[in-house]
Amino acid sequence: MRVYRADPLDIAFGIAALAIILGIVGFAVAGLLVAAGADASRSTASDAYTVRVVRFTLWQAGLSTLLSLAFALPLARALARRPHFAGRAWILRLFAVPLGLPAIVAALGIIAIWGRQGVVNDAYRWLGAEQPISVYGLPGILIAHVFFNMPLATRLLLAALERVPAEYWRNAAQLGLSAGTVFRLIEWPAMARVIPGIAGLVFMLCATSFTLVLLLGGGPAATTIEVAIYQALRFDFDPPRAVTLALIQIALTGALLGVLALLPRPEEGRGEGALPRRFDARSPGALAVDVLVIGLGLVFVAAPLAATLISGLAADLIALLREALVQRALVTSLLIAGAAACLSVVMAGMIARARHAAGGARRYRFAASGLRTSLAGAGLLILLVPPVVLGAGWFLVLRDHVDPFAAAPAIVVVVNALMALPFALRVLEPAYAGHMMRTERLSLSLGLSRMRRLLRVDLPALAPTVGAAFAFSMALSLGDLGAIALFGSQDLVTLPYLLLQRMGSYRTDDAAGLALILGFLCLLFMIAGTRYGGGSARER
Amino acid sequence: MTSPAIEFDDVCFRYDRGALEMAFDASIPAGSITAVMGPSGSGKSTLFALLAGFEQPQRGEIRIGAIDVTRLAPAERPISVVFQDNNLFAHLDVAANIALGQGAREAKSTAGKEQVSDALARVGLGGFERRRPASLSGGERQRVAMARALVRAKPVLLLDEPFAALGPGLREEMRALIANLHGQNALTTLIITHQPEDARAICDRILYVEQGSIRANEPTQSMFERADLAGWRDYLGTN
Repeated sequence: MRVYRADPLDIAFGIAALAIILGIVGFAVAGLLVAAGADASRSTASDAYTVRVVRFTLWQAGLSTLLSLAFALPLARALARRPHFAGRAWILRLFAVPLGLPAIVAALGIIAIWGRQGVVNDAYRWLGAEQPISVYGLPGILIAHVFFNMPLATRLLLAALERVPAEYWRNAAQLGLSAGTVFRLIEWPAMARVIPGIAGLVFMLCATSFTLVLLLGGGPAATTIEVAIYQALRFDFDPPRAVTLALIQIALTGALLGVLALLPRPEEGRGEGALPRRFDARSPGALAVDVLVIGLGLVFVAAPLAATLISGLAADLIALLREALVQRALVTSLLIAGAAACLSVVMAGMIARARHAAGGARRYRFAASGLRTSLAGAGLLILLVPPVVLGAGWFLVLRDHVDPFAAAPAIVVVVNALMALPFALRVLEPAYAGHMMRTERLSLSLGLSRMRRLLRVDLPALAPTVGAAFAFSMALSLGDLGAIALFGSQDLVTLPYLLLQRMGSYRTDDAAGLALILGFLCLLFMIAGTRYGGGSARER
Repeated sequence: MTSPAIEFDDVCFRYDRGALEMAFDASIPAGSITAVMGPSGSGKSTLFALLAGFEQPQRGEIRIGAIDVTRLAPAERPISVVFQDNNLFAHLDVAANIALGQGAREAKSTAGKEQVSDALARVGLGGFERRRPASLSGGERQRVAMARALVRAKPVLLLDEPFAALGPGLREEMRALIANLHGQNALTTLIITHQPEDARAICDRILYVEQGSIRANEPTQSMFERADLAGWRDYLGTN
């Protein structure tokens, strides 16, 4: 147990961070509530459109969750049964790629495979079918959500299977248990423990999905709450409807977060040591099934990525990069993402330090505990109030006083910083706590001043972690189409926004080239973050 | 049940990563209790894994009685193994865990259920059938694993550090149980242990493993009297 006095400056910085976050989110929510009060007569939560949107949001999220898990279960099982084959590590790395890929880039790859002119429909027509599969509407949304979430679910289920003690597999082998019994006694109980948590997480991600639904939704029949908010503000200019939908979205995410808090949180780590050997599933039939399942999973994930790469390389990248608007979008993206990442990391650092300091407080323990909880909650507030809702709130707050588009860069930076905050915190906080455990006593015994300790001890030791948090935040912000979709204009163009414009104007070659550039940049930052941060914060 | 002797004939094994290379011959008399001792990383667990079928030697032959088991799957070998930990499936009750040692039909039969109850009684856990592993102490869990080994009725029993997680009292109890069951069934038993008193208390022989080789394989009494084996004295801390 720590017995030192909490540093009041750390606590003060933490309270400042808390006030800033609450201020940003609070103003947005207050703006929504005020607007709701003023326009209450014009839109209600029970009008047919709103009900349809809410129902579709839940329906597509439920189906996406079901499908993601249905495909992930056999895939995770097959990968767990084959712990030592050449290329397995690369398949798992490939399954991490969708986590670092901007949704807009993946959507292009999915259209290339599943779209009207895509490989799947070519094969469909070759088989003699006249009516191709439509990637727009519910099928497209489901394919895209499965593309993003099936690999995540697979990795989490696989981790659960790999955490099964090696003795279980040995016991099963020794007792001569059949594959069915091994599944019933070992595999299913191991996976069943984490399935509720994974299902909750995937449902949450799909219920708050914006970019994929915006690109693949295809009309009012396939619109989710977040996309409806965007449409209400950008196209219909119907703020009351946006307010109603935003409040429903907050209530929905609040309820989902409440349920998620009750469920066991799935972890990706599997502990230390080599993978345990499996002695079951040695028959040729079992091998054939596993090869087929892994092969199908691999093709499903790899094909859109390969399509993005191939069509991107086919585009005239040099000409594209010479284009003034592309250069401006690239610089704007990097500046916004850099500023958002800086802000996110600074806030995460303030929260981590304050939470640590409050954890060691010997006096006012109740208040300290309350501060710790509040800071943890503040870091996750963006999950409750998603970027589009936050942007909508600020849009409504500002519209009566200034031109919302004039404040757009600052708002996009702040919203993106808050969006990246949970991920930056997940990287920084455990590392900071570990660092303090190792160095706090020594630093105190040496009587180092606060600044000297920060510069000579804390920053050098935590530099890789800070870098990782920055890289993750940068990648997330670079690829985001949430706030910029609301606030983007001719004066404020980022790469995702420009990509959306080029897709909208059917300049597919340009879009493919931009997608490659954007995807490459995001993956670069994500890989840097994973390398220095010891894992993907996004998964955690 | 007649217990067989175990023969390791020119066995050679190396892990893929080259962490340990083992090359040895050994003979374990039928019906004996042998303590397998040696420093950490010396190859004791690998020797068990080779015997149980969890690893395959690159060369040589392993025989149990007259049967060459070298290429047999773990379930096909006449062996029961009790691991140091994680012997029981947490979501199954004690009876269901033990019944896994029986055939599916036998497990459902009245005779099978009686056999489970009898095995539990023999390890001193009569009436524990419906208990969950989580509600048992470490010693009780080991006893349940022993009961399953009894139900399986295999002539060779491998115990991988069965006393490691137990306090002195439970350790004593467990030793008595193993000695008692061995007396009743005359199983050829191998026990990995680090404690000389375990070997002294219940083992006829000691098989001393060092750096992947078997340096000694002798009756317990004479093994403790050996002064010429420097590694063994170092291991015991008596040098």
